Amino acid sequence: MNLFILVGSYLRSRLMNTLLNTVLLSLGITVVVFIVLAGRQLDEKVSVNTKGIDLVVGAKGSPLQIILCSVYHMDFPTGNINLREAERISKHRLVKKSIPLALGDSYQGFRIVGTDTSYANLYSASLSDGGWWADDLEVVAGSKVAQKLRLKVGDQFASAHGLTSDGGAHEEHAYHIVGVMKATGTVLDDLLLTNVASIWSVHEIQSQPDSTREITSMLIRFRNPLAAIQLPRLINSTTSMQAASPAFEMSRLYTMLGVGVDVLTGLAIILIGISALSVFLALYNALKDRRYDLAIMRAMGASRSKLFLAMVMEGSSLTCAGTVLGIAAGHALIFLATAVDSEVTSGITGMVFYMEEAYLLAGSLLLGIVCSLVPALQASRTNIHEVLAGN
Amino acid sequence: MVEVKDLSFTYPNGKSLAFGDFSIQKGQHSLLLGDSGSGKTTLLHLLGGLLRGYSGLIKIDHSELSELSDALLDKFRGKHCGFIFQKLHLVKALNVRRNLVLSSWLAGMRAEEEWLTTALEKLNIKDKADADVNTLSQGQAQRVAIARAVLNRPALILADEPTSALDDRNCEDVLKLLIDVASEAGSTLIIATHDQRLKSRIGSQIQIGR
Repeated sequence: MNLFILVGSYLRSRLMNTLLNTVLLSLGITVVVFIVLAGRQLDEKVSVNTKGIDLVVGAKGSPLQIILCSVYHMDFPTGNINLREAERISKHRLVKKSIPLALGDSYQGFRIVGTDTSYANLYSASLSDGGWWADDLEVVAGSKVAQKLRLKVGDQFASAHGLTSDGGAHEEHAYHIVGVMKATGTVLDDLLLTNVASIWSVHEIQSQPDSTREITSMLIRFRNPLAAIQLPRLINSTTSMQAASPAFEMSRLYTMLGVGVDVLTGLAIILIGISALSVFLALYNALKDRRYDLAIMRAMGASRSKLFLAMVMEGSSLTCAGTVLGIAAGHALIFLATAVDSEVTSGITGMVFYMEEAYLLAGSLLLGIVCSLVPALQASRTNIHEVLAGN
Repeated sequence: MVEVKDLSFTYPNGKSLAFGDFSIQKGQHSLLLGDSGSGKTTLLHLLGGLLRGYSGLIKIDHSELSELSDALLDKFRGKHCGFIFQKLHLVKALNVRRNLVLSSWLAGMRAEEEWLTTALEKLNIKDKADADVNTLSQGQAQRVAIARAVLNRPALILADEPTSALDDRNCEDVLKLLIDVASEAGSTLIIATHDQRLKSRIGSQIQIGR
C-alpha cells in the first residue's frame, strides 16, 4: 500500500469522471500543442527560406503575391519584368548581390526555375549526385523532386507550361538531369533548377532581341541598411517594377492569420479553464462521498498532511494525464495534417518536441495543485469525532 | 492499560459531561454501558484520541494523551488503537486486502502477511481477500472491519455498538469472534454499547451517565 495505490484506486472507482476530466483538459492542451508545433515550425520554415533575401523585385501587383511566388514558390507570378530594367537595378551601388528567377514551367507539378548557381548557394545547397548545369536545358533536381519522381542523373523529361501539372507540354524541348541536390530543408528541395536561357529557349524567345527579354523576378541582397529605405522607393517610383520585402510581407501575413490563431488560443484557454473547474468540482464532490473514508483514515493514524497530499496528488494526476494525452494528440494531429503532402505543410513534422511542451507539463502540475488546494485543505481538516459520532 | 481520572469534557455548545474514574488491566475486555446520549461514544473517542480538549487524566499504555502533540497522537492512535464502528466504514474504492493493509500503512507499519491470513481464516473470510468490498454481505463486511481493527495488534480495540444491528445469533457469533481475535492479537477490547445481550458475556463493566 502506498499513496499511488490509494490515489489510483480512488481515480479508478470514479472511472467515468476521471476520463471526462482527462479528455476535457486534453482537448485544450491539444489545441495549444498544435499552435506551438505548427507555429514554431512555420516560423522556422519562413525564416530559413528568406535568409539572405532582403528584397524581391517583380512585376507590379500584390507584393505579398510576389513574395509567396518568388521566395516560397507557393503562388503564381504577378507577371514578368524586363531583363534590362532588372539588370540596371542589380548594378545599383546599394545592391550587393542579385539573383534572377525565371518561372513559368513545371514538371509533374514541381516548378522549373531558371536562375544561376548563386540561387543554390543562397541556401548552401550541395550535390548528392552529378554536377551543376553548364548548358541550356540541363537541370539539377531538388532532393524531394528526385525522390518523389524517381529522377536520376541522365533522365530526360518534357516540361509542362504553367505551374500546375495540367498545362500544355513543351514536347519539342526535352530537359535532361545532370545533378541531384542534397536535402536542404528549404524550398530548394521542391524545385528543378536550370539556367534562365533554358526557359527562354523552351518558350522560343531566344531569337528575340535582348531588349525584350524578360524574367519573372529578382532576389536582392542589400549592401547596407540604407538600401532598405532607398531601394524600394527608387524601384517603385522610377521603374515599371515593384519591390517587396519578405520580412515585411510575411509579418503582414502573420497579422492577418494572427486573428485565427488568437481565436484558437482563446478557445484553448476556455477549454483549459473549464477542465480546471471540472477537476475542482470532481474533487469537491469526492469530499462528500469520502467523508467517512477520510475520518476513518485519520482514526487509523493518517496525518492531516497525508490526506492533504493524497487529494493534491489526485488533482494533479488528472491534469498531468490530461496534458500528456493532449500533447500526444497534438503531435498526432500535426502528423495527420502533414501526411497529405503539400507545399504548405512540407518541412512541418509531428516528430519534434519543443521546450514549451515541458512548460505545459509543469504548468498542468501546478494547475492540478491549485485546483485541489481547497478540497485538500478541507480533507485535512476532517473532524474525526463529529463525522464518526454523527450518525 | 487504561486509566481514567477526574475526566470531564465540555462540548462546543457548552454541554458538559463528567465521567467516573476507572481503570482497565491488560487483557481485561470491558463494556462501557449506558443509555443513548449518555456519552459512551464521546468517552470511546476520548480514549482513542479521536477527540481532544478534555480535562482530567487519560492514560493509555502509560501515555497521557493530552501530553501528545497532534502529530504524535496520530501516530499513537495508529499504533495502539483499533476501531470498529457500528457503520463499518470500509473504503469502497479498495478491495478487502487493501482495506486491511491500509490500516498498517497509515499507522506507519508493515502488515504482517501471516497474521493477516490467520485473521481472515479465523474470521472465515479468507476466500474474500481479493473481493471488492461492495460485493460483501453485511456479515462479511463486519468481519473485514474486525480484521482491520486487529491487524496492527493494537493494545486497545475500541468498538462502538458493534452488535446493535445484529440478530441474536449473529450477535453471539460476532462477539465470540471479536473476543477470540482480540485475545489472539494481544489486544484489550473495550465495547461501548447499550446492548443488554453482551452483559452476560463480558464481566468487566463500566457504567456511564449516572
